[in-house]
Amino acid sequence: MSPKGEEANKTIEANQEEILQVRNLVKHFQIGGGLFGGRAATVKAVDGVSFSIRRGETLGLVGESGCGKTTTGRVILRLEPPTSGEVIFEGRDMAKLSDAELRGMRRRMQVIFQDPYSSLNPRMTVGQIIAEPLAVHGIVPDRAARAARVHELLRHAGLLPTMARRYPHELSGGQRQRVGIARALAMEPSLIICDEPVSALDVSIQAQIINLLEELQSEFGLTYLFVAHDLSVVRHISDRVAVMYLGKIVEITDRKSLYEDPQHPYTKALLSAVPIPDPVVEAGREYVVLGGEVPSPLNPPSGCVFHPRCPIAVAECRAVIPELREVKPGHQAACIRL
Amino acid sequence: MEVLLDVRGLRTQFHTKAGVVRAVDGVSWNVRKGETVALVGESGCGKSVSALSVMRLVSAPAGRIVEGEIFFKGRNLLALSEEEMRKVRGREIGMIFQEPMTSLNPVLTIGRQLTEPLEIHLGMTRAQAQARAVEMLSLVGITDGARRLRQFPHQFSGGMRQRIMIAMALACDPALILADEPTTALDVTIQAQILELMKSLSRRLGVAILLITHNLGVVARYADRVNVMYAGKIVERATARETYANPRHPYTLGLLRSVPRLDEPRRAKLQPIPGQPPDLSRLPAGCSFAPRCAYVVDRCREQVPPLDEISAEHRSACWLARDLPTLTPAEVSGR
Repeated sequence: MSPKGEEANKTIEANQEEILQVRNLVKHFQIGGGLFGGRAATVKAVDGVSFSIRRGETLGLVGESGCGKTTTGRVILRLEPPTSGEVIFEGRDMAKLSDAELRGMRRRMQVIFQDPYSSLNPRMTVGQIIAEPLAVHGIVPDRAARAARVHELLRHAGLLPTMARRYPHELSGGQRQRVGIARALAMEPSLIICDEPVSALDVSIQAQIINLLEELQSEFGLTYLFVAHDLSVVRHISDRVAVMYLGKIVEITDRKSLYEDPQHPYTKALLSAVPIPDPVVEAGREYVVLGGEVPSPLNPPSGCVFHPRCPIAVAECRAVIPELREVKPGHQAACIRL
Repeated sequence: MEVLLDVRGLRTQFHTKAGVVRAVDGVSWNVRKGETVALVGESGCGKSVSALSVMRLVSAPAGRIVEGEIFFKGRNLLALSEEEMRKVRGREIGMIFQEPMTSLNPVLTIGRQLTEPLEIHLGMTRAQAQARAVEMLSLVGITDGARRLRQFPHQFSGGMRQRIMIAMALACDPALILADEPTTALDVTIQAQILELMKSLSRRLGVAILLITHNLGVVARYADRVNVMYAGKIVERATARETYANPRHPYTLGLLRSVPRLDEPRRAKLQPIPGQPPDLSRLPAGCSFAPRCAYVVDRCREQVPPLDEISAEHRSACWLARDLPTLTPAEVSGR
């Protein structure tokens, strides 16, 4: 593309509507101190997270277990109320909606879970699983029309209509995830939160599901928040990527900048820890093995939460909480050393 | 180099209500002294059952080794008495499993679990075993061993528990370690720590490793030789470099093409393997991969292809092994 064309594209992007805005989102869990005693403590699962997603794009949210990425998704879906902060979806503040309005908004925002088996009712057929929300929300009240719609949704998810009569335990992992996708599509959502949608699947099946998600995105103009820990998969599917560590976003930018020019020392360490499926490349590769472990969100380190493991930390990092700031055009990172 | 473990014609089956599941269906492979050999494949391909068969830990009565020989240091493990086998497990062959929390005993201290095999297998006194246990912990990077030995598994993080598993596996100075998805439950930065630790220890102590994994990146980094398994059979075997640079089985080729790579330009579309693995109780006639194979010919549906030699260190079980396309240069090394 010519530089001029690129610029034009950027302007279009800038004009694109932000479908979801998350502002300073905080989710703390209180543990202990209840009926049976024990010391009360606060788990800072999500600790001041802000980002936005434009309509039709995919934002990847990566990080290791316990970093708060899944909780972020759950709070956006209102499966958990936030401790503080705002979630603005399609221009409306989710906290200010009535229950009825919230139900309506929920239709527009669907979720696909990691383990399709535990998220599908084992006593219902695939057809019933997909038809249920259509009936409950009164989207397709007519029974015959509903069956037709179920078949159509199955086809969108790459399954044969005959699958409607099967039970979840009769399906493979990949087929179950397709059912989960069909169920999410049933509500005609604009945003889908994909929470580790392929990490429980075999390698050869992962690519099938990723391709399906991409096809559905372009067909229905879907927006994805793609929560995952696999950095290679996230690079493939995301337009922009946010990296989380211990409840905070440490870096956020477009895909190309993040993978080609990572700024935050944690992002750099993460990328270098991913083994490349090629022995020749691996033999010549510099490996930055990060010392220590992810600290407990119960008792996060002072200052920058990454400082105990950071290869470039200085004394100041123990005291100063780094703000997420622009370190290059369109590229934000939270590190005082940059 | 000297062959340490030699598995010949191993067949392990499970009798279920749905029929006989042919989990491991006549496989032969070996591990030489000091090397790291990978068994790679997807869930249900028989890689874990292969390792359990070596240890004779296949759960009876449903599971049974019905055929084959497993020679370890020249002795057929399948011919040993249960008592003799107990001396092999943990003493001569160590084990590391995916989920350290379920393989460590939650009600015993780490110290008890580390010292018990030393006392039983090596006849050490309590004090000697304690000293050795502290030494093993420091070897795997756990400091303050004397205090840590009094703690219970739940007081350690996932990465720490896996370090303890490694210390336990190495404690009796085994010649071979079976590592079944040792880092699959761990985060990527912790995975890197644990794998680098295993690699440096295996080099230093001359321990051979059978690395069982589904992660092609981990195999590329750590394995000397690779066995690719599909539906209970080995479909391709070669040195690691040869496997990745010149795959000669459509399944291996498909796996390598289906994973996105961080060192390559992003592809517009991934190339998945269509379909899904077969039901092991109802395997198709001929090649098990035929229903998913892009290069299938009539013969594939009728005759099972043998694991034939292509070159000195390379075998493939495909009728078209020599005629398959090669990976494009970009697919081989990310250029």
